[in-house]
Amino acid sequence: MSHTSFIAAGAQEQKAMLDAVGAKSFDDLFADIAAEYQTESFQIPGGRSELEVLQSLRRLAARNSGRLVNFCGAGFYDHFIPAAVDALAGRGEFFTAYTPYQPEAAQGTLQAIYEYQTAIVRLTGMEIANASLYDGGTALFEGIMMALRHTGRNRVLVDEGVNPIYRTMLRCYMRNLSIDYVEIPVADGTSDRNAFRSKLDKETAAVVVQNPNFFGCIDDLSDLVTAAHETGALAVFSVYPVSLGILKAPGTMGADIVTGEGQSLGLPLSFGGPYLGFMATRKALARRMPGRVVGATTDAQGRRGFVLTLQAREQHIRREKATSNICTNEALCALRAHIFLSLMGKQGFVELAQLCAARAAYAKDRLTAIPGVRLKYAAPFFNEFALDLPRDASDVVSALIDKGIVPGFPVGRYYKNMPNVLLAAFTEKRTPEEIDVMAANIRAVL
Amino acid sequence: MKLIYEKGAPGRRAARLPDMTNEKAPAFNSKYLREKPADLPELAEVEVVRHFTELSRLNFSVDTHFYPLGSCTMKYNPKACEAAAALPGFADAHPVWPQLRGGGLLTQGALQLLYETERLLSEICGMAEFTLQPLAGAHGELTGVMLMAAYHRDRGNRKTHIIVPDSAHGTNPASAALGGYDIVTIPSDRNGAPDMAAFRKALNAETAGIMLTCPSTLGLFVPNIREIAEAVHAVDGLMYYDGANLNAILGRVKPGAIGFDVCHLNLHKTFSTPHGGGGPGAGPVGVVEKLRPYLPISRVVKTQDGMYSLDYDLPKSIGYIAPFYGNFGVIVRAYAYILMLGREGLRETSNMAVLNANYVQEKLRPYFEAVAPGRCMHECVFSGKPLGRFGVHTLDIAKGLIDRGMHPPTVYFPLNVPEAIMIEPTETESRETLDRFVDAMKELAALAEKEPDALHRAPVSMPVGRLDEVAAAKNMDLAYTKSA
Repeated sequence: MSHTSFIAAGAQEQKAMLDAVGAKSFDDLFADIAAEYQTESFQIPGGRSELEVLQSLRRLAARNSGRLVNFCGAGFYDHFIPAAVDALAGRGEFFTAYTPYQPEAAQGTLQAIYEYQTAIVRLTGMEIANASLYDGGTALFEGIMMALRHTGRNRVLVDEGVNPIYRTMLRCYMRNLSIDYVEIPVADGTSDRNAFRSKLDKETAAVVVQNPNFFGCIDDLSDLVTAAHETGALAVFSVYPVSLGILKAPGTMGADIVTGEGQSLGLPLSFGGPYLGFMATRKALARRMPGRVVGATTDAQGRRGFVLTLQAREQHIRREKATSNICTNEALCALRAHIFLSLMGKQGFVELAQLCAARAAYAKDRLTAIPGVRLKYAAPFFNEFALDLPRDASDVVSALIDKGIVPGFPVGRYYKNMPNVLLAAFTEKRTPEEIDVMAANIRAVL
Repeated sequence: MKLIYEKGAPGRRAARLPDMTNEKAPAFNSKYLREKPADLPELAEVEVVRHFTELSRLNFSVDTHFYPLGSCTMKYNPKACEAAAALPGFADAHPVWPQLRGGGLLTQGALQLLYETERLLSEICGMAEFTLQPLAGAHGELTGVMLMAAYHRDRGNRKTHIIVPDSAHGTNPASAALGGYDIVTIPSDRNGAPDMAAFRKALNAETAGIMLTCPSTLGLFVPNIREIAEAVHAVDGLMYYDGANLNAILGRVKPGAIGFDVCHLNLHKTFSTPHGGGGPGAGPVGVVEKLRPYLPISRVVKTQDGMYSLDYDLPKSIGYIAPFYGNFGVIVRAYAYILMLGREGLRETSNMAVLNANYVQEKLRPYFEAVAPGRCMHECVFSGKPLGRFGVHTLDIAKGLIDRGMHPPTVYFPLNVPEAIMIEPTETESRETLDRFVDAMKELAALAEKEPDALHRAPVSMPVGRLDEVAAAKNMDLAYTKSA
C-alpha cells in the first residue's frame, strides 16, 4: 500500500473495533445503504506518498511564472509580508481550531478577533466591525443588503469607480432579488456629484462608492455622503485598507457602512484567495450586520473574556430570516491582517502608505515623461493611476510580459471605451530601479 | 490576558520599511488626509510574537486536542498540504495574470491544478462538472440555489419555493432565501430524513427543489432517497445535496448516482483543509449535465494542445459569484490531500470515519440516550435530556469535557433532538483517544448524578469560566475604545 490515508488505526486495531461494534467487515457497517446506491468504480488515481505528491506539486507550481516584476493591482496588491505573520498565523493552535463556539476553549481566537475588529474600527473611523466576510466583493454586496433592509427601499446607486470585478458580482447576486441597481459613470475619474444628486430620491437605499476608486483616484466624499443622508439613503464604501495609513477615514466622511478587501494586510496574492472581506459600521446598525461578531464580557468571577455575540441575527438561529447566509468566514485571514497591522504598528503603517504613494509619484514622473503617455485623469491618486497610452494597452502588456514585466491592468477589459488605458499599481516592493526598467520598456514598445 | 492595545509604549515598533529619506511622498491636499494616524499597537517584534503565541495557547485545536465536533469533520490537517499551498509559484501568482493578453502562459500550473481538481471532485461525486469558485459551504449553497434558479428561468418554469427539512443546517434556508425563494420547512422522521407525508404535501408544480443532507444531520443514511428524487424530478424540481456529511460515504456512494443534481462540498471538512478558527473554507459546487450551462464565469478549459485557459463566453451563466477562481490556497491543499489518499484512501477514510463513530456510539450507549437504535454513519447523536432529572444539561457535559482536555461535541444541533450531543470522531483518531473520550463521558455521566453542581461550575481549568453571553449581547462591546 503506497497511499497515505492519515488513519491512526492499524489493521489489527480495526479488526478489534469491528468486533466491538458487532460488524463482520467494513461493508457490513454500510449495510443500511442499499447496494444499488453504492458505486464500485471510482476513476481516481491510486494514492501516493507525501514525497511523490509534493514533487508533482512543485512541478506544477514551477509551471507558474515565478520571476515577474508585477505592477498589476486592480484591487489586489503585491505587498511585503513580514516573516512573523507566517510564523504566528501558522501555529496549529490557530489554524486547526474550529469556529469558537465553546468560548472557554477558544479565548485565543476570540480575543484575536476582538482585537482585529478594533483595528478595523480604528482604520476606518467607524464604531464596530464584524469578524470577517469572504472577500471585498461579497462584503460590498452584504453592505448593500444591510442598507436595503435598514431603509426598506429598493434602489442602489453604484459609482462606476467601484471595482468592476465587484460590480459584476453585485449584478450577479442581485439578479434574483428584484433590486433596482443603477450605475453612475465617473466624471473626470471621480464620483459625478451632479449625476448622483439627480438620481437620489426617496426610493434610494444606498449610495455606493470606492476610495481610492478603481482608477486609483482619491476623493473627499463628505459632500456626497451628506447628499445621500439628506434623502434618507445610507453611504456604503469600499476601501483599500493600506491607503488608510494616510487617507481620510470613511467614518470621518460620514460613511454608514465600510467594506473592503483585506488581502493587502499580510495575505499572499495566492491566485485569488483566500482573501478577507472586512466590514465596519455604526453601532446603530449592529443588528443589521451580517456574519460573526465577537464581543467582550465577563465570567462569574468578573474576569474579562470574549464570546461570539449578537447571534440572534445569524442563520443558525434565524434560518431564512437571518441577516445573511454566511457561516464559515475568513477568520485565519483576519488573524493574519491583525498580526500584520500589529507588526507595522502606528507609525509603520503610516510609513507604508507614504512609501506606496512615493513610489507611485516617482513612477508617474518617469512614465509621463514618455512621449504620448499622459495621466488619464487629473485627480490625485494614492498608489495606482490610469495612463493613456498612444496604443492598445493590452498590446503593451503583452509585449512587456515577454520581458518579465507585468506593467499593469488594461482597463479596456471592463471599460470598453478605454482600450488605450493602462492601470499601474506601485507598492513598497517595487523599487525605483524596477520602475525605471518598466518605463524604459514601455518607451521602447510605443 | 491583556489586549495588544494595553501593551507597548509610544514610539515602539516592530516592522521596518526601506529608508525613504531620498524619496518624496506626494503633498496631498489636507482634505484628503486623516488628521492623525490610526491608533494601532506600538510594540517591539518580540512583544508581538509573544502576544500571539500566548493567545494561541489559549485555544483547543486539532493539533493539540481531540475535537469531535459533529457535522464539522475536524480531522487531522496534513502538514504536506500546508507546504503545497505555500509554494511560491502558487502563493505569489496574481489572479488577473491569466486574463491579460499574453498572460496565458504565466499561470499554467495553477490552471492545471484547478482543472484537475474539478475532474477529481466530479468523479468522487458523480457529477458532470464542478465550479471551485464558492468561498465557503454557505456560499456554495447560495451558488447552487442560483444555478437552480437559472435552470428554471431558462426552462420557463414558474417556481416559488424550496423544500428544506427542519433538521437541515440553518445555512440551507438562509441561502435559499437569498437566492430569491420562499422556504417550505417540513418535519423530519426519527432518522432525520424528510417525513414522507409532509414531503408529498409540500411538493407541487411550484417546487424549485429540495435541499437535503445525506447522511442526514442525525448521521443516518436517507433510505428512500431515490423515491424522493423521482418525485422531485417529476415536477421538474432539482435535488440539492448539502455535502456537510460526505465524509461518511466518500469513495462508496456518489451523490450524482443516487439522484442529486447539484451538490456543494466543504473542502474544510471532507478534504481536510484546516478550519482556521472559522475559515477560510471552500465550497465547490458540482452539477449534473443539464445544469452545466449555468455555472459561474469563468471556466477553466483544457485546449487541444494540452494548454489551459479561461472561458468567459458563457451566455447562460449565472455570472460572477467570486472575484476570481475560488479560495485557491484552500483548493491546493485539498488537491494534495486527494492525491495522497487516492481511490483506496478515499474509501478507507469513510470506512474508518464510520467505524470510529459506531465504536463511540456502542461504548456510550449504556450511559447516554442514543438517537439511533442501530448503526450510525460517521457521527453519532445522543440526547442529554435524561440528565435533566439531575438538573444537568448537555451544556454542562460539554463544559466538563473541556476540563478533561477534550473539545466538546456539537451541542444543541440538530434542533429536532432535545439537548442534542453530536459526536463526530473522524477517521484520523486512534482507538486510545476514543477510549479516553468514552471514559471522560462515563465519568461525566456519573458526576451528573452524584455531584451535579460540580458540572454546573465547569470549566474550572481554563483562563475563564462560563461567560455571560446575555451581557455580551446587551453591552455590545465589539471594539476596544481606549488607547494604551
